[in-house]
Amino acid sequence: MVTYLDHAATTPMSPEAVDAMTAELRRLGNPSSLHTVGRRARRVVEESREIIADAYGARPSEVVFTSGGTEADNLAVKGIYWARRAADPSRTRVLAGSVEHHAVLDAVRWLGDHEGARVEWIPSDEYGRIRPEALREAIGPGGGADVALVTVMWANNEVGTVQPVAELAAVAREHDIPLHTDAVQAAGQLPVRFAASGAQALTLSGHKLGGPLGVGALLLAKPKPPLHLDPVPVLHGGGQERDVRSGTLDTPAIAGFAAAVQATLARRDVEARRLAGLRDLLVDAVRSAVPDAILNGDPVDRLPGNAHFSFPGCEGDALLMLLDARGIACSTGSACSAGVSQPSHVLLAMGADPARARGSLRFTLGHTSTEADVKALADAIGPVVERARRAGLT
Amino acid sequence: MTLRVLAAMSGGVDSAVAAARAAEAGHDVTGVHMALSSNPQSYRTGARGCCTLEDSRDARRAADAIGIPFYVWDLAERFHRDVVEDFVSEYAAGRTPNPCLRCNEKIKFTALLDRARALGFDAVCTGHYARLEDGALRRGVDDGKDQSYVLAVCTPEQLAHAMFPLGDTTKAGIRAEAERRGLQVADKPDSHDICFIADGDTRGFLAGRLGSAPGPIVDTDGNELGEHDGAYAYTVGQRKGLRIGRPASDGRPRYVLDISPVTNTVMVGPRESLDVHVLVGERPVWLSEPQAGPFGCRVQLRAHGEVYDCVAEPAGDRLRVRLATAARGVAPGQAAVLYEGDRVLASATIAETARIGA
Repeated sequence: MVTYLDHAATTPMSPEAVDAMTAELRRLGNPSSLHTVGRRARRVVEESREIIADAYGARPSEVVFTSGGTEADNLAVKGIYWARRAADPSRTRVLAGSVEHHAVLDAVRWLGDHEGARVEWIPSDEYGRIRPEALREAIGPGGGADVALVTVMWANNEVGTVQPVAELAAVAREHDIPLHTDAVQAAGQLPVRFAASGAQALTLSGHKLGGPLGVGALLLAKPKPPLHLDPVPVLHGGGQERDVRSGTLDTPAIAGFAAAVQATLARRDVEARRLAGLRDLLVDAVRSAVPDAILNGDPVDRLPGNAHFSFPGCEGDALLMLLDARGIACSTGSACSAGVSQPSHVLLAMGADPARARGSLRFTLGHTSTEADVKALADAIGPVVERARRAGLT
Repeated sequence: MTLRVLAAMSGGVDSAVAAARAAEAGHDVTGVHMALSSNPQSYRTGARGCCTLEDSRDARRAADAIGIPFYVWDLAERFHRDVVEDFVSEYAAGRTPNPCLRCNEKIKFTALLDRARALGFDAVCTGHYARLEDGALRRGVDDGKDQSYVLAVCTPEQLAHAMFPLGDTTKAGIRAEAERRGLQVADKPDSHDICFIADGDTRGFLAGRLGSAPGPIVDTDGNELGEHDGAYAYTVGQRKGLRIGRPASDGRPRYVLDISPVTNTVMVGPRESLDVHVLVGERPVWLSEPQAGPFGCRVQLRAHGEVYDCVAEPAGDRLRVRLATAARGVAPGQAAVLYEGDRVLASATIAETARIGA
């Protein structure tokens, strides 16, 4: 029996999504084919597109399906940069939040290293929040004529802090700069509305909200020059998605994604309150077992399912292993491919020293979480922290 | 007795089979791959010398096949400080270090073992070819693979929490066993060179860190024969790459006899001048009852090197070793390991060497 406290990494597929996807896996058809078989598949894709558009306050034509959040982030960051720079070669500044997910962070760094982008990281406050004043300062007194884009996530994947996206988008719009936001963590738990947010591009991922792995979408506003242009493609090919994204559409995954969005949205507000209640129990339990544990991120304005702590004197890796041995799954933050966790750039950007950053754990709740999960952690965390402290920081 | 065992898994065949044997013996085994190299210039650890992503993956897949939990521990800082920097400073001091030995002493059986014990493990298991029997460290049965030499610097306290499941088997036997166990690493080639010098160019590696430091190459009479770019690039006993323009008057090859970091001088001379009859070791580690007076035993002076009959004698906090027959090209910085039969009695780091009468 595993106590799964890592829903931000991936959350179980909703039964509705499993049904929709498995049904579709048994059927035939390339949505781009012109015959009856193809049209049937296309209908599934388009209905899914409408469901997702409706759920997030977008128009169906604004939904560009991708292979997931990382691809959507890359398409937005690189594609919009290229398009804006092509229209005006002086637009080479990229303003990005300092607490972004690696899918944005590394895409932005790549533009800096290889495409002549002048990258500026918008500083965060101690809670991991990017304040509108900070964006205004980053744009600078000269105005934003030389800025290609601004990218700031909707909610942070590590510490759970929710960003004031609409305010940030309003600041960007004053200077005719498009804003992209990675809403991968927010889309299952918060009321995310694309048009109302003022963002020109918004990233979604299927498996973070009960859909299948390997599918996501970029919500992409219709081009409105000069503010916004369609991104230059990252993947070239058949041009299936608005000529912005190529690749045969994955009908079963898209059907599962839409079913998950529908199911998740139907119970979102009730579920968010339930998760916030469980999360508060979890925070209290950890604090009473480990009085000097530090809750990271915004104490109030955070994802309902997220609790993120630093445990002074402990190595996050050691805590994770000891909890894992007791059947409790959590995360130290973002793992790199070799499996070595580095001090989190998010915590460092929040002003944490490297020791505090390395001694941190993320617990994230989701639709299958129960009070028993919180109880299991409450029982384990005290002895585990005590044990990890003996090993200290190596 | 069931122990909680941490198996250090490099991604190679030996440590994989060692972990499998420990698990099969009924112990509660957890696999750990040590990430030993990171590139601090990159914002995310990318290029790795010793522990490539492939090695990490191989170790993970072996753990999957064995059915044990697996984690990667970042020991890059400790490795850099205690092994890589030590390696460079030893060469700079005119000595010839053995980094594998230092890694066992400082990383596997200090940093890793300490952390493992603090986290509740009883022992660290590795794929070394050596045997531990009632606290005695013995050679592995495979003469060609025996690694007791590079383990002899570990203290009895460290070895009390070590497990070497491979000492009773030959390398060929381990490969066959890996195959039988379905471990994909069964035919992975052995590692040979210094893991953190990927291209094998030790001289280039040292030059990159110590820079150019030209100095004289002299003969035993002090006559200058040529110039070197840095005394650190030479090892006692070395013959090749001396780059001396002038041949010796007798036409015979010349060898590095001595390196003096203080005067930045490399002394060369004929082969017989390399003969060593007496050596003094410092920081002795006793893996048997410490002796008070002289005792006869055998000594090994380098990994997989020859073994000499000798008489060893404690001298204060040092160990003096008189060889029955001359050893050639003994480099300070290497370990002198004393054996009785296949059992390790003690080890010490070679500080000085001398010829009889010299």
